[in-house]
Amino acid sequence: MKTRIDTRFEALKVEGRPGLVTFIMAGDPNMEASQEILNGLPAAGADLIEIGMPFSDPMADGPSIQLAGQRALKGGQTLAKTLAMVANFRKTDSETPIILMGYYNPIYIYGNEKFLKDASDAGVDGLIIVDLPPEADHELCIPAMDHGINFIRLATPTTDANRLPKVLENTSGFLYYVSITGITGAAAPDPDRVAKAVSAIKQKTDIPVAVGFGVKTAQQAADIGKGADAVVVGSALVSVILDNLDEAGNPKAGTTKAVLDLVSDLASGVQSVKHG
Amino acid sequence: MPHMRNCQTRVRNYVLSKPIEPNSFKTGPDEEGHFGIFGGRYVAETLMPLILDLEKHYTAAKKDPSFQAEVDYLNKHYTGRPSPLYFAESLTEELGGAKIYFKRDELNHTGSHKINNCLGQILLAKRMGKTRIIAETGAGQHGVAAATVAAKFGFPCVVYMGKTDVERQSPNVFRMRLLGAEIVPVTAGAGTLKDAMNEALRDWVTNVEDTYYLIGTAAGPHPYPELVRDFQSVIGTECKEQMLEAEGRLPDMLVASVGGGSNAIGLFHPFLDDKEVEIIGVEAGGRGLEGEEHCASLSAGKPGVLHGNRTFLLQDDDGQILEGHSISAGLDYPGIGPEHSYLRDTGRVEYVPIMDTEALEAFQLLCRTEGIIPALEPSHALAEVVKRAPKMSKDKIIVMNLCGRGDKDVFTVGKALGVDMETE
Repeated sequence: MKTRIDTRFEALKVEGRPGLVTFIMAGDPNMEASQEILNGLPAAGADLIEIGMPFSDPMADGPSIQLAGQRALKGGQTLAKTLAMVANFRKTDSETPIILMGYYNPIYIYGNEKFLKDASDAGVDGLIIVDLPPEADHELCIPAMDHGINFIRLATPTTDANRLPKVLENTSGFLYYVSITGITGAAAPDPDRVAKAVSAIKQKTDIPVAVGFGVKTAQQAADIGKGADAVVVGSALVSVILDNLDEAGNPKAGTTKAVLDLVSDLASGVQSVKHG
Repeated sequence: MPHMRNCQTRVRNYVLSKPIEPNSFKTGPDEEGHFGIFGGRYVAETLMPLILDLEKHYTAAKKDPSFQAEVDYLNKHYTGRPSPLYFAESLTEELGGAKIYFKRDELNHTGSHKINNCLGQILLAKRMGKTRIIAETGAGQHGVAAATVAAKFGFPCVVYMGKTDVERQSPNVFRMRLLGAEIVPVTAGAGTLKDAMNEALRDWVTNVEDTYYLIGTAAGPHPYPELVRDFQSVIGTECKEQMLEAEGRLPDMLVASVGGGSNAIGLFHPFLDDKEVEIIGVEAGGRGLEGEEHCASLSAGKPGVLHGNRTFLLQDDDGQILEGHSISAGLDYPGIGPEHSYLRDTGRVEYVPIMDTEALEAFQLLCRTEGIIPALEPSHALAEVVKRAPKMSKDKIIVMNLCGRGDKDVFTVGKALGVDMETE
């Protein structure tokens, strides 16, 4: 079954350029502002959208995304509201792929089957669940495929040749290559090293490879994009929101524009790249 | 894949029925690190190769007689094991019921049972060729034990400690610094043990090549719950021998406090298949189970996934983890080791809450009757003993794990009792 993610990567291949994957935290800084940003992302140049599901204990995230999650939870964000955001988005956009990213516990408590059904109904195309390794595929990954939802796996610099087949086994949609060992928002990756790692992965799989962690500028996005099918930007966007909050933690006028301007800039970076 | 399907069925059946009582309670974990539906390896992909590697090394170490010999040697000459099994005659008389024995792990070097685990793990780190140690700590007892073994073996050591705990456990913070450890106060969340654990995991995910994560309790991703339990089981193994020597029979009841649950599983595990021994785990009831100000994950939580394992957790309806509260920093954790979740579900171990106020009373009672200042953690276990012993006949025997000494807690207790030590 072809998903929106598959269709989008096919189109990018025809265009001969890398895609831009943008990450925002659902409900950050509040539900209305977050929805407004989400709805504006495709026009600003996002090819795929990752939406963070806030969690109280984000073990793999750096300070920017931790704080974004805390702002969202403080504002009353829940998993049900995150799904509602996606459903709202789908009223006006039936093509841009949406990937939910987060940690397992809120889904487990929502109920795996109920979550997959509701996510599928809302128009979710893929899931990235940080703390569900391939060893736990029977819990959510395989059931997700039955619902037509891609389960996107992370590969990291610690994923060696022995480990890679296990990681690729049930991955679909794309593979997310985490360009550094570390948490989100850390130091910028070295484009040459990343390109080498991606090409090694590509010898073992036909699915697209997106690269993320540490990408902040249009130039970095272009550099990384030369050797990848897509570039993921998260912490940098989330930081724009933080920079635009007033003292009470409410978004100032122009917050949405500030985020979308950075997205446009990043998009110009990936759009400048022509894959050979 | 029959195994996977089997697992899935077990997960689903959780809601429908309690697991069937097994022939032995000591067979866990299985190859995937599960105790029943609990445990497992729920970690980011970056860490997967590391914990698989740790498992490989631990399996090899277990089979290597020289590894166990080194652990035994250090337990004896560095820690001072075996710890005494002490008949608390005055307390027994005071309570007027069952005979009360203490397994005195508070007499260990560093003042608690935590050293048992740290020695085992530092030897493992050395064996794996790691060069840097990280640890999380709540009360600071594990941090002190980790800093101690790191100093002895010449490793740099970084200890993550919630900001709240840094403030309320300042003697231990200073102790760790004396031992050469770097203390990183964690401000995320409420600044307690769970936040420290998140930050330690973030460090580990960043420094995968050279760093060994020395987890302080029998929780986290497989194989940690198993290996911490194994290193702590020296408590129960010694206790069994000592009890047979003292009384010629096994005790009728074991009592231990549970935060993450390492001292408790260490005492309980060797007795799990001795059906005649009743086993009680005591959770921190904080200010009562009605609100959110407690840490009784087994009494008031529900199964979820955090810090690499499925276990009972304090959480809200959206699966967000709650902070909890206990007067005892060492019990201030919203989860529990997965083997305890399994032992609760199978009914082998009974878990009960004890309130802050009850623990404080028990703390003072022990000071007065036996001349022992206990840590606030085992004071919870003691409060349960105080409730149970008088209802049992005089020929019954209770063993309680006195797993830590109370020097670190005198300021907290003073504050709770309204004593200002500055002016005393």
